[in-house]
Amino acid sequence: MGIVLFDGVAYGMLLFLMAVGLSITMGLMNFVNLAHGSFAVVGGYAAAVLMNRLGVPYGLALVAAFVAAALLGAVLEVVFYRRLYRAHPLDQVLLSIGVVFVSIAVLTYFFGPTMLPFHLPPALQGQFSFAGVELGRYRLFLIVCGVATLVLLLQLMNRTRYGAMVRAAVDNQRVAGGTGIHVQRLFFLTFSLGCGLAGLGGALSLGMLGLEPSFPLKYLVYFLIVVCVGGAGTVTGPFIAALLVGVVDVAGKYYLPEAGVFLIYVFMIGMLLLRPNGIVPKKGLA
Amino acid sequence: MKAITLSPGQLRAAEIAFWLLLAASYFIAPNHLTLLSQILIFGLFAVALDMALGYAGILTVGHAAFFGAGAYTAGLLAKHGWGEPFSGLLAALVVAGVLGYLLSYLIVRGADLTRLMITIGVCVLLAELANRLSGITGGTDGLQGMEVKPVLGLFAFDLFGKTAFVYAFAVVLAMFLLVRLVLRSPFGLALRGIHDNRKRMLAIGAPVEARLRMAYAFSAAVAGVAGALLAQTTQFVGIESIGFNRSAEILIILVLGGTGRLYGGLVGAIVYMLVHDGFADMNPEYWMFWLGIFLIAAVMLGRGGIMGALSRRIRTREQAR
Repeated sequence: MGIVLFDGVAYGMLLFLMAVGLSITMGLMNFVNLAHGSFAVVGGYAAAVLMNRLGVPYGLALVAAFVAAALLGAVLEVVFYRRLYRAHPLDQVLLSIGVVFVSIAVLTYFFGPTMLPFHLPPALQGQFSFAGVELGRYRLFLIVCGVATLVLLLQLMNRTRYGAMVRAAVDNQRVAGGTGIHVQRLFFLTFSLGCGLAGLGGALSLGMLGLEPSFPLKYLVYFLIVVCVGGAGTVTGPFIAALLVGVVDVAGKYYLPEAGVFLIYVFMIGMLLLRPNGIVPKKGLA
Repeated sequence: MKAITLSPGQLRAAEIAFWLLLAASYFIAPNHLTLLSQILIFGLFAVALDMALGYAGILTVGHAAFFGAGAYTAGLLAKHGWGEPFSGLLAALVVAGVLGYLLSYLIVRGADLTRLMITIGVCVLLAELANRLSGITGGTDGLQGMEVKPVLGLFAFDLFGKTAFVYAFAVVLAMFLLVRLVLRSPFGLALRGIHDNRKRMLAIGAPVEARLRMAYAFSAAVAGVAGALLAQTTQFVGIESIGFNRSAEILIILVLGGTGRLYGGLVGAIVYMLVHDGFADMNPEYWMFWLGIFLIAAVMLGRGGIMGALSRRIRTREQAR
């Protein structure tokens, strides 16, 4: 029981890290970005390649994953995404599916279709004993990372000038622009931040889920579940939803391996019926 | 370039010519009948998707759920002794239609994002179901051992796909005419109204949600027929009939042809399948790469697809006035 809960929470943290950027783009910019997983994969590959080929230490590789994914996000935002913030969702879906396909093809071309080899640093290997249960060190590290990210993001959104500007732009773009907020630059920064977090999540998931080029499609539904169940546009919503999804998924696979995969969808449909706008609905949204 | 103007009569002649050309492909390319049947079937599937996406404006990336449901219905019936093709189609139509109607309650009430979510979720869920119930569906190996009886008790399905092509052509044409009829009925006009201005349609008293539900169920039923056709003509149901990739593929076909236009799906299917067949030797990753590039380009350079480009060149007389 304890181990299932612990693993579920660790898994949920990964989902949170990878999906929180999606929550921001979907809720704040109204952009349905199905390609969000691609940024996670790019971050993960960057970290793995740096560690495997250049011997970069793990901590530095995590930073590099964040930077790589954020840079890619920044470039794509300027070239493609920026023009589609007000477009029909169908256009956004098509564009992001296109980006996913290209990313899968390019990664397969350069790295092959199989999972990347990856070795955890010795400090994170093995287990430790807590209250009579053997817990993995790596999973504890994931939980620490997830909580730290949540706290930082909440501080950023609620306490800083940048956060206040983002919230203002979300509530009413035109008025925010009229008060002198550079909305386009704001969205650019926010999008890149979300992509960077996805990259970080991708790098962290190397040791637990493993990365392969088809990762964005494989986990797409999980990201969407986390965002929709949690409430698009919020930070705490996806956090709660990610924990729930993680625990339900791990518990399902552990106790009911036959029905395991379905549990998560039943959970999603049930949650969407109960709370169509998510656990933490955004203020001002009908 | 000057736009060509067509009178309604000439437009009808063009429609008939299009179908005659499709029928004539039986004689033009007798060695590629399997491909031609598949083009027809995917064209019908794209037309079904267009009803939901282009006409009703329901954002869905999970339509393969209904295609797959229809395919498995027909496939399982044929495997367990009920090989009569037309009743198989009918069963698939009913199963997919009922499934679509039940799901429409979930889909119509939400916002675009929730719809997208539920359609993808249901599609992946059904794919997983088909994968898990391998005792019934054959799992990843696909459903084998179908025995489809001769059409009308006379024409057995042959190795060269002759019967399959004629059968597929007849069914696709019939379903297409049905869709055409429905879309030109008051119901179809109401859908167009909802798509263009939902609030105004609500204001004039149109039962918007009920109309959308019907449209979604109808679209699902037609998709089910397309799936059943594929199952019967190939005597096989692969697990990929039902997954997300098939959904994305049919979306691409529709976008290529042009959404919200009757012939968009068919034209898209013709072009897509021919190009795909031409590059069949290509590594699937490269194919995916070019597909992705195409999608990005299609969005950035403006939508409308082939039919959109055509309609800028050719006008009917009413519009020209």
